[in-house]
Order: sequence, then C-alpha cells, then structure tokens
Amino acid sequence: MSHRSAPPRSAITVAAASVMLIALSGCSTPAPAGEAASTPGITEETVTIGTHHPLTGPAAAGYASISAATTAYFEYLNEQGGIHGRTIEYVVKDDGYNPSNTQNVVRELVEEDEVFAVVNGLGTPTHTSVLDYLNQKKVPDLFVASGSTSWNQPEKYPYTFAYNVDYVAEGEALAQYAEDEFPGKSVCVLGQDDDFGTEFTTGLQNVLGADGLASVQTYSVSNQDVVAQISAMKAAGCEINMLATVNGFTALAVGTAAKLGYAPQWFSSSSGGDYPTLVTFLGADLAPKLLQGFVSTNYLPFGQDDEWRALFEEINTEYNDDAPFDGNTVYGMSVAYLFAEALAAAGEDPTRESLIEAISSGDLEGNGVVPLSFGDDSHAAFMGVGITTVDGGVQDFVGSTYVSDGKGKVSKDDVEPVSLSNEGVPED
Amino acid sequence: MTSLTGTPRVIAGGVALTVLAIACTFLLDPYRNYQLALVAAYLCATAGLTLLIGLTGQLSLGHAALMAAGGYGYALTANALTDAGVEGLPRFILGLIAGVVAAGVIGLLLGLAAARLHGPYLAGVTLALVIALPAFTSVFVGVFRGDQGVQIAYDGVPEALSALIAVEQWQAWVAILVAGITLTLLTLVRNGKAGLRMRAVRDDEVAARLSGIPAGRVKVHAFLVSALGAGAGGAVLCFVTQSVSPGAYTLAFSLLLVVAVVVGGLGSILGAAIGSALIVLLPWLVQTGTGALSLPGELQQRLSGNLPVLVFGALLIVVTAVWPGGIRGALRGRKASGTAASGTTGHSPSEPISTEPLTTEPLTIQPVSTESER
Repeated sequence: MSHRSAPPRSAITVAAASVMLIALSGCSTPAPAGEAASTPGITEETVTIGTHHPLTGPAAAGYASISAATTAYFEYLNEQGGIHGRTIEYVVKDDGYNPSNTQNVVRELVEEDEVFAVVNGLGTPTHTSVLDYLNQKKVPDLFVASGSTSWNQPEKYPYTFAYNVDYVAEGEALAQYAEDEFPGKSVCVLGQDDDFGTEFTTGLQNVLGADGLASVQTYSVSNQDVVAQISAMKAAGCEINMLATVNGFTALAVGTAAKLGYAPQWFSSSSGGDYPTLVTFLGADLAPKLLQGFVSTNYLPFGQDDEWRALFEEINTEYNDDAPFDGNTVYGMSVAYLFAEALAAAGEDPTRESLIEAISSGDLEGNGVVPLSFGDDSHAAFMGVGITTVDGGVQDFVGSTYVSDGKGKVSKDDVEPVSLSNEGVPED
Repeated sequence: MTSLTGTPRVIAGGVALTVLAIACTFLLDPYRNYQLALVAAYLCATAGLTLLIGLTGQLSLGHAALMAAGGYGYALTANALTDAGVEGLPRFILGLIAGVVAAGVIGLLLGLAAARLHGPYLAGVTLALVIALPAFTSVFVGVFRGDQGVQIAYDGVPEALSALIAVEQWQAWVAILVAGITLTLLTLVRNGKAGLRMRAVRDDEVAARLSGIPAGRVKVHAFLVSALGAGAGGAVLCFVTQSVSPGAYTLAFSLLLVVAVVVGGLGSILGAAIGSALIVLLPWLVQTGTGALSLPGELQQRLSGNLPVLVFGALLIVVTAVWPGGIRGALRGRKASGTAASGTTGHSPSEPISTEPLTTEPLTIQPVSTESER
C-alpha cells in the first residue's frame, strides 16, 4: 500500500522544492518597491482613469447614464486636444451596487488596468468598502459620487475627495427651506438604511431639533417595497416628507403614496430628485401630476437657460448618441469637467501627488451653483445647494441657495454661479 | 521515506501543499495573489460543503449564509478588539475563532434540523436561511449595518516582511494558511472513523442504524464540521476584503458553491479546490473574453453580469453529462486508465480508507440515499 502511494508524495516533494527555489530567486527582486520610476496610468499620450458604477442591479436604472455622460465629455475634451496634450481614457466597471463586487472591480482597476486615479466611484455602501484599500494603495480617489461625510476626512483618508453635496448640509438646507416656506408643517423622513439616510436625517435634526421629526422611516435597497413605511408616515400625519432615497426609491415612495391616496409635500435630496429620471420610472403622463411641487436640491447647473446646460446638451447630442438629457447627464459631465480642471492644474507631468496638491490648493472652481469647498483641511466638494421645484413638468431653480457652515448653521445666500469659459475646456 | 500512514501522512501532505501554495505566491502579481486569496477562502467553504454533500448526502443551499456568519463574526469581533486597542495577530486569531464559532452555532442548529428532515425539506430550510440574510441584517441595522455591511480596519503586512512582500501576497499567505489547516482537519475527519460513519449513513441509513451507528448524531456532526469550514472561509474573506455585507452572500452565491463542488467532483477535496478556482476565475475570464470581443457597450454591460452565470450552468450540464464524477473524476479516470489500474468505477466499501494525501477514491455521484429508505 505504501508502495502504491510513494510516487505522488515524492512528486510533491520535488515540486515543492523546485517552487521554493524559484520563489527564493524571485525574492531578490521584491515586487512592491520596483515601480517608482513612472506614474501608473500616465503615458506620453494618455491618462487612464477608472470608476465603479452600477450598470446593472437595483440602482442601475437611476444612475447608469452618468458614466456614459462622463465618457461623452471626455471624448469631447479629447477632440479639443485633451489636457497637456494627453487624452483621457475612462474605464467604467459595473459593480451592480453590490459592495462585494465593488471590491473586485476596484482591485482590477488598480492592479490590472493600473489607473492613475479612481474618479467618481458611485454609492455610499459600495465605495465605503474600498475606501481603506484605495488610501492604503495611495491611489487618488477623486470626487466620490455620494455625499457621505466619510469622504471628508483629510487626516484619515488623504487621497479621498467627495463630489456630491455633503448629506448633512443637504438635510440642513432642506429643513431650513421647509421652515422658511412651509412653517408649522409636520415633517418626516424616509431614508436609506446606511450613511446616506442617517447623515441626511442628522442634517434635518440639526435644524428642526432632535425631536423635530414626526416619523423617521428607513428602507433597504434589497427590498423593493415601501408600503409599510409610507403607511406609517400617513398614519403619523406627515405633511412634508423628506426623502434620502436613490432615484428608484423616490419614484417608489411617491408612487406608493399615490396608491394609498396620500398626497404629502415631497422634499428630496439631490441624489434621488432628478425629475427627468423620475419620469422614466413613473411614466410621462403620471409624473407631472404626482410630482407637481416636488422640491429637490441641486448644486449643479441644471437651470433651464443655463449656459453650461446648453453646452452639455450639445455634447450629449454629438458624443452620447443623443441619449435622454437629465440631471445625470449634467452630473456626469460636470464631474468630468472638474477632473479635467484638476488634471490641468496638476502640471505638465502630473503625478498622483501633484494631482492631490492641485485639488487641496482650493484653487479649483468647478461649475457648481455654489463654490467648491476643497482645501487643505476640507475634502468636501459642496457645502451648499440651490433649491429646485417641479412646476408643470419642468424642474428649475427657485433662486434660493442655502450654504451650511459645517457646524449646523445654514445661511440663505445669493451666490454667483461659475460662468462658462473657453467652451467648457479647462485651460492648461 | 517509507510508510507515513494515517494522520501523520495527511498532516505531512497538508503542510507540503500549504508550503507549495505559499511559494506560488511569489510567482504571482498582486492581483493574482488577491484572486488566490479568494480561492483559498472559498475553498474552506467548498471543502466543507463537498464533505457534507458527498459523504452524508445532505444538500445545503445555505452555505453562503454560514460564510456570512463567519464574516460578521470576524468583523464585529475585530472591530471590538480594535476599539479595545488589540491589533495584529491576536486580533486576527480571536476574530477567526469568533467567526468559526458563529458559523458553528448556526451550523449546529441547521444540523439538528437536518437530522429530522430529508432531501427537499432540508434544502428548503437552508434556502430560507440564505434568503433571510438581507432582511436579518436590515432589521438589526445597528449591529449589522444593513446592505452597507460592516467594515474593518486594514491589516497591513507585518513589519518584518514589509520589505519583502506586497499586501496582497500577505493576505494570500494568511488565507492559504487558514485553508491549509481547515482542509487538513476536514481530510482527517473524512478519512477517519467519522467519515466512514458518514458514508455508511449516506449509503443505507437503516443498515447503519442496525450496525449501531447513531445516524442522527452523525448527520448533525457532518453539518457542524461543514459549517466550521464555511465560517473559516467567511472570516478569511472578510480579512482579505476588509468588509462583509449581505450582497456578497446571495442565494446565487450559495448555488454557485454547490455547483462548484458538483463540477469539481462531489466528495473530493481536490474537486472542491477546482470548483473554488472556477468561482473566482470564470467570471473574470468571461469578462476578459467579452472585453476582447469589442462588443457594443450596452450589450457588454448586459453580458458582464449574466454571462458567467450562464457559462456556469452550461458547465454544470456538460460536466455531469460527460464525467459524472466531476472534473476530479475525469482527471482520475485518465490517470487510472493510463496505468491500467484495477478498474475506475466507484469505491467498494471493503476498500481501506484512502491513504492519499487530501484526496481519496472518487465518489461517483449517487442519487442521495432516498432509494434505500425502505
């Protein structure tokens, strides 16, 4: 018996010994310290960057068009000569809004595709799962598509910068607007059961007081049913319902309430308040009725006669197969513009360090309706918002801008938006 | 080098293979090492599962949930320890133990149900477990943090090694080490008296009872052992990815684990290894393949999520049709015919317990012992 089994054992021994030998010879050239000479993702002609977005799964319907818009803007930019003579290649990977997929695709971007930076990774739960990894690897983690305050921790996460308005600031702005325009109404909230919902609710409470909310409801993305939550809000007599929901769940909440014969005033965060996207969920005939008076925040140039919007519509027609033009399109192109601006500011031969420095300098302007908040001690993009409402199927700014000081105080401001120059191409 | 037999032999084989696998990490780039770490983590779970299905004929569709239990056990313990100022190796070991224990407790409960349920009813219970997972984490959102899951601090390379290896390689080492220990223990169970009893219960429960084997206890035991493997796998996966979330442990993933052990070869640890490698590599290969075809963007998007599942399904059908013993059975069949060994069909009960390290005679898939009920 021992005879029969001898060959495999000696084979293993030999194999093990030979692999050990190869391994030891491999040790002499340690892998990690090797590549100091060149910056990953940068060649003479190109800059390769990547992102993770939900192209499939529960959040896809609301957000899948963002990365297409970003890609379209980069194509436009590349045709104008790119930045410092380099064209931008944008690698988009699908994570299905599932944190475990995000882990895989982001590692693939960093290790396999060797991207220069990760730009506009989408989602609070998804991006949280790669935050430590990206900072450990010292990969610039720019303009995360989420307003969680996690991205604004310069000491802990020096490589991470936010893009969306801070959720706390957004909650504060909406609560202040409610107090200003709808005084004395009973306010409630429906939030996603993660940082998005929690921080937004914190913002509301900063203004309304700890017991200022008549009902606090949460939902989980994996369960596509909010009847229980909406019924509870109806029972609690909520007159203004604040929504920290992704687009699909905004539509679900509004639709469910309509089915229950319940018509409160809706206030939504910018993440789930894009009217053209909501129309695709609710239908073109129902949406204008269900969403009449719908209040939402926005910090990007979405006004009906905005010059940025006009440019983006042109780019959308020419480089994005004339896809439906909505808030996601403006969002995708605006974040692309901001990255281009940062890359231009990072110098002729950008490195990961010079890119981070360029953003931290606080000199970037972007194209928001409120100024960018980037600086040495702040990695938040926007601390303020404009208020939009829907009237007769058209979403537009009402003219009020609310800016938070980051400590629970909100001020109503009149801020001049950044005007368009050089046809939307950052100057080198 | 003469006759090492029984337990020392299995341990020697386990050590040799573990060292071999660790040596291999030097040949791989960081991303491959990350994939290797994933394979090692999945292997802990599939090895337990193949033992459960192959040896006792009990089907579990809930192994993803058991892995999740391991992952949450690890993450919550590691976070508590981080807060208490414990770091490094003690944190990892305690977390690992907590993960394994958490999975073990659930596995034990499932096993108790398993001893009373058969076939589809058992499958139903385990199925319910994995389906209930997202609801469970949403209800206790304060602890499990809903869909977002629990994140843990990064465990970097220990200082002594940091000049030598990258962090992915270190993670692969840890994963391989845990997998090596888990697999060695599982092989010992499998080759020992416990394994023999499991087979006896699978082949003919009545006969086993008549021979004085406590069938119920053997089944519970099998479920427990298998759950411990899954718990170790989940804990390691959490260590490698620094997070655990319900989205990582869906029903689809549970089914994938079952498909992996069937395709690899039921009951065989080598088969489980082949299956785990397939889980990690197949989606990646398919994606790379479709990427190379330069398909239109939208089609590629649709394919990237669905094609791997399709390929897995097709593979399952082809493998079970062509090689009923799985890929492992196919490999063995070729070897045996080459050396004109004494027949390749199945195992005879009188054959002594195998002495090959980590693998034994292929178990031809037998329709799970329902025909011997009466």
